Amino acid sequence: MKSKIAKISMAAIAVIGLSASVANADTLSDTKAQGYLKCGINSGLPGFASADSKGNWSGIDISVCRAVAAAVLGDASKVKFTSLNAKERFTALQSGEIDLLSRNTTWTETRDSSLGLNFAGVNFYDGQGFMVHKSIGVKNAKELNGAAVCVQSGTTTELNLADYFRKNGMKYKLVAYDSNDQVVKGYESGRCDVITSDSSQLYSLRIKLKNPNGSMVLPNIISKEPLGPVVRQGDDKWFNIVKWSYAAMVAAEEAGITSKNVDSMLKSNNPTVKRILGVEGKLGENLGLSKNFAYNIIKQVGNYGEVFDRTVGMNSPLKIKRGLNALWTKGGLQYSPPFR
Amino acid sequence: MFALLRDRKVRGILFQLLTVIGLVAFLWYIGTNTVHNIEQRGIQTGFGFLNGTAGFAINDTPVAYNETYTHGRVFLVGLLNTLIISFVVIILSTILGLLIGVLRLSNNWLIAKLSSAYIDIFRNIPILLQILFWYNVVLATLPSPRKSIELFGSIFINNRGFYVPKPALNATTISMIIAVFLAVIIIFFLNRWSNKRHERTGQEFPVLFTGIGLIIVLPIIAFFIGGSDMNLSYPVLKGFNFRGGKTFYPEFLALTFALTIYTATFIAEAVRSGIEAVSKGQKEAAASIGLSSYQSLKLVVLPQAIRIAIPPTINQYLNIVKNSSLATAIGYPELVTVFAGTSLNQVGQAIEIISMTMLVYLVVSLAVSALLNWINFKMKIKER
Repeated sequence: MKSKIAKISMAAIAVIGLSASVANADTLSDTKAQGYLKCGINSGLPGFASADSKGNWSGIDISVCRAVAAAVLGDASKVKFTSLNAKERFTALQSGEIDLLSRNTTWTETRDSSLGLNFAGVNFYDGQGFMVHKSIGVKNAKELNGAAVCVQSGTTTELNLADYFRKNGMKYKLVAYDSNDQVVKGYESGRCDVITSDSSQLYSLRIKLKNPNGSMVLPNIISKEPLGPVVRQGDDKWFNIVKWSYAAMVAAEEAGITSKNVDSMLKSNNPTVKRILGVEGKLGENLGLSKNFAYNIIKQVGNYGEVFDRTVGMNSPLKIKRGLNALWTKGGLQYSPPFR
Repeated sequence: MFALLRDRKVRGILFQLLTVIGLVAFLWYIGTNTVHNIEQRGIQTGFGFLNGTAGFAINDTPVAYNETYTHGRVFLVGLLNTLIISFVVIILSTILGLLIGVLRLSNNWLIAKLSSAYIDIFRNIPILLQILFWYNVVLATLPSPRKSIELFGSIFINNRGFYVPKPALNATTISMIIAVFLAVIIIFFLNRWSNKRHERTGQEFPVLFTGIGLIIVLPIIAFFIGGSDMNLSYPVLKGFNFRGGKTFYPEFLALTFALTIYTATFIAEAVRSGIEAVSKGQKEAAASIGLSSYQSLKLVVLPQAIRIAIPPTINQYLNIVKNSSLATAIGYPELVTVFAGTSLNQVGQAIEIISMTMLVYLVVSLAVSALLNWINFKMKIKER
């Protein structure tokens, strides 16, 4: 009898052990099987990720989620959004609660290496700035010695802030909150004199204020903040898919393909356009996707320029200029590796 | 073979064995799976991160800290802040709870009703909501630093905190601290002596009033002996805000107010139930042997009531320690906010950091409950 128990328990352990190795990540098959993409986003940052009254999400970060869903599933609407605060985001990605993190996340060496993450591109080049109440009469960040500064905790912003004040021999009082909403509340109630964040976020937070005209963004930019979509390390296929889904949006803008002309572009004679849209060659198939994955992205989400204008650019309330985010051909940094 | 299974003893052992094997297999599965996934994703492991530079500032630090210190130091700062807030709230909520609990049994209709209204209101509103209320509604509506409320020309109240003068550590303050300790020791021996005398002769000695007197008078004498100069540093408005003196930040105050007011309701109920549980006959017996109502409360009712009130009060103290982690909602830099929050986000080692944090709460809670269990053991009826 003893031996029988031993046999059964050995078998049970073996089965469990096997399932541990079966848990090996193949995010593409998992996503296809469940029929939607699990995407982690900001819980509310106009221009980057915000929900309208019907619960539809929009924003430049949301577009990346939608582009990947269009590429993988052929339908940009098949995304399950999980809103996360700055502290929760990496754990959610590491643990597999989400498969793609598109939440204005800065690309840094530590995050790329020791956190076990991979950055699949930069969908917004940003830099850190300061916003102050006009009433305190500060015109430059160098005059902020002794100020109380509100910041979202667990961000690179918090680290840059410490560096900047130390470098300039100034003191400050840190007031750190988990959520952006609490940061705005703290600033409005006068708990702090200054908000610091990525400058694009400052413009977006300013719209949320009760009296936007009472505040101004200082001219100083104190850091580099390349924001981009993030995936887990260890699944190169999935990493490639996200990288090239994003690149397709930039490449489409470079080639002049928009969501409006994409159907007529299918008949184009330009070999680059043909390869991007999958009329020629089999680029998408090598990624494990369909040949027309880029067509789906452009048709359903748009090219990078269209998305930028619609979400944060001139056609949005934020009115942020392209600046560093213009195409490389127009003096910016947005650049797609060649589709070939 | 099957006959063996019908044997109750064999069956019992079999099922226990299977349960243990199942549990071990489950834990083994979780463990290996985690290790496997961590390795595959290239996430760093181990406790080396504790020596890494933190790089971020903390608002309210009981020990020296700036952004060049390590994550290990962040852990210490968070731990100390957790202990400080727990200690302060335990003291304050005990005092308030005792007071409200006794007042609720008052013969004065208004006082009794007000006390029970207080208990019913604050016990039934979620604690997180109360913390946010104090922080975002009450403290946030205080005036800005330049329009601070001023008390006695040296205390300032504004939406950045409460600013009070801070004594320096010199001959005067040190001798005053010694005087307080001295008073406590004297009261301890006085109490022992008076108990013994009471048992021997039946005579009462007013220990309570003598004690309060000693605690007040001795430090005052020490103040004059020590040179009567506390060398106070006063808060002064300079630039954006006040400098100098001691600052109580709104995060600390909101958490203290909310936790104290919330927990005091439960302690008040424990006190009330303790007093009411002492049977009426005890009071009547006390009256019939000629004890005054104060004597009956002190010698007959309270000693029995406290025994009943202690176990539920222990639970409330443990809840205070655990509830202090709700500070993360308003950014008071205790353990969960700075270590399990900010540090975790910067280094990304969830398993190590969360285990350390859970271990701290476990150890602190076990220590508090061990201490109070010991008191409970000392207080309980000695059966002879």
